[in-house]
Amino acid sequence: MGRFWHIIRRDLQMAMKQGMDSFMVVMFFVIAVVLFPLGAGPEANMLARISAGVIWVAALLASMLSLERLFQTDYEDGSLELLSLAPYPLEAVVLAKVCAHWLTTGLPLIAAAPLLAVLLNMQTEGFVILAAALALGTLSLSLIGAVGAALILGSRRGGVLLSLLILPLYIPVLIFGVSAVDAAIGGFPMKAQFLILGGFFLAALPLCPWASAAALRQALE
Amino acid sequence: MLHRFANPARFMRLSGVLLPWMAGAAIILVAAGLYMGLFVAPADFQQGESVRIMYVHVPNAWMALFSYTAMAVASAVALIWKHPLADLAAKSSAPIGACFTFLALLTGSLWGKPMWGAFWVWDARLTSMLVLFFLYLGYLALYNAFDDPTRGARAAAILALVGFVNVPIIKFSVDWWNTLHQPASVIKMGGPSIDSTMLWPLLLMAIGFNFLYFWVLLLRMRGEIHANKIRMIRLRQVHG
Repeated sequence: MGRFWHIIRRDLQMAMKQGMDSFMVVMFFVIAVVLFPLGAGPEANMLARISAGVIWVAALLASMLSLERLFQTDYEDGSLELLSLAPYPLEAVVLAKVCAHWLTTGLPLIAAAPLLAVLLNMQTEGFVILAAALALGTLSLSLIGAVGAALILGSRRGGVLLSLLILPLYIPVLIFGVSAVDAAIGGFPMKAQFLILGGFFLAALPLCPWASAAALRQALE
Repeated sequence: MLHRFANPARFMRLSGVLLPWMAGAAIILVAAGLYMGLFVAPADFQQGESVRIMYVHVPNAWMALFSYTAMAVASAVALIWKHPLADLAAKSSAPIGACFTFLALLTGSLWGKPMWGAFWVWDARLTSMLVLFFLYLGYLALYNAFDDPTRGARAAAILALVGFVNVPIIKFSVDWWNTLHQPASVIKMGGPSIDSTMLWPLLLMAIGFNFLYFWVLLLRMRGEIHANKIRMIRLRQVHG
């Protein structure tokens, strides 16, 4: 367990030192959302209706931005190879790196989301649910994204390829995340959506580190 | 058993014998199925003549799932036992499956226009089929994204297994959600609920499409083996 925290702390420290990564992800998130009122027109009712979807789509794209670098830098400087040789399961290394990724990108997105909801004129009933659904959903996004990030190591055109691999797998999280917020705004029960989002998370929690570790092993061979 | 057929030389001999039979069976069955579906089977009392799109649409959709399942199984075999032929089978299956998926989506949207009044609706079955199409494209893109072809093969095999979660979702999407797409009427508990005059041409088409799949699969695998041989000969010329 100590080593698990150690890897998280190391990744967080590196993110702090580089500093700009989390900030740029949030900036991208904000700018992408701001484009919608400019593109689709500032009519308040229409913005309120699409607000949940717009924020979720922008969060999806933003959390994908930093994924490419999840294993890339460690792969290039050789530390990934050392981590894989350590007497410690590679799956746990992946899980620790996913936690660090979520802390540096998922968490800032959740913090920024209510502000954007205000800009898009979302009804206040949706705010808490939006944050809660994003919290549960972005965990799954980081886990699924790790598989893609591991698969593209050493390939040509990594970033574009990553979006092609990962976005289709993000769709279920998007559907139920948006549906939970819309249900909350409309005054409907939203337990089912949260149970499904939780189910995605619980399924991704063991499967994604396993698949990512398999992908990393074949990348390091 | 697996090892006996994993030998490329034996595979070339066997597939050479099988190819014409597969081709013949595919052509005869699809021709018979088309004739029965277009001329013999009755028009639907609700949908009229446009129900005949079903005889092309449903086999395409089945084969889209079948190809992905075959690709995932071949990928698992390739990852676990490292059979070179399994890699080739998975790689050759992907473009065929992508074509089946595209045709299922295309015929479905042509059928949807007269029935639902729209080429496309965002229900669970259609969306999950679209995701399947993207998965095929992602698989092919990943396969070809590496300079070292064996790296591409292994990365793509892992992706194929990850994407397999979508297959049961597609199959049961019409039962789990209230969708515009009609629920399963052939493969379900308690036997098919479709009339035998419509079931027979549908089954003929489905089996014909299956032979078509294996025919094209064997052709593609043989092509890959020949391409590998040519690459080897070229390499030897360069180094020799």
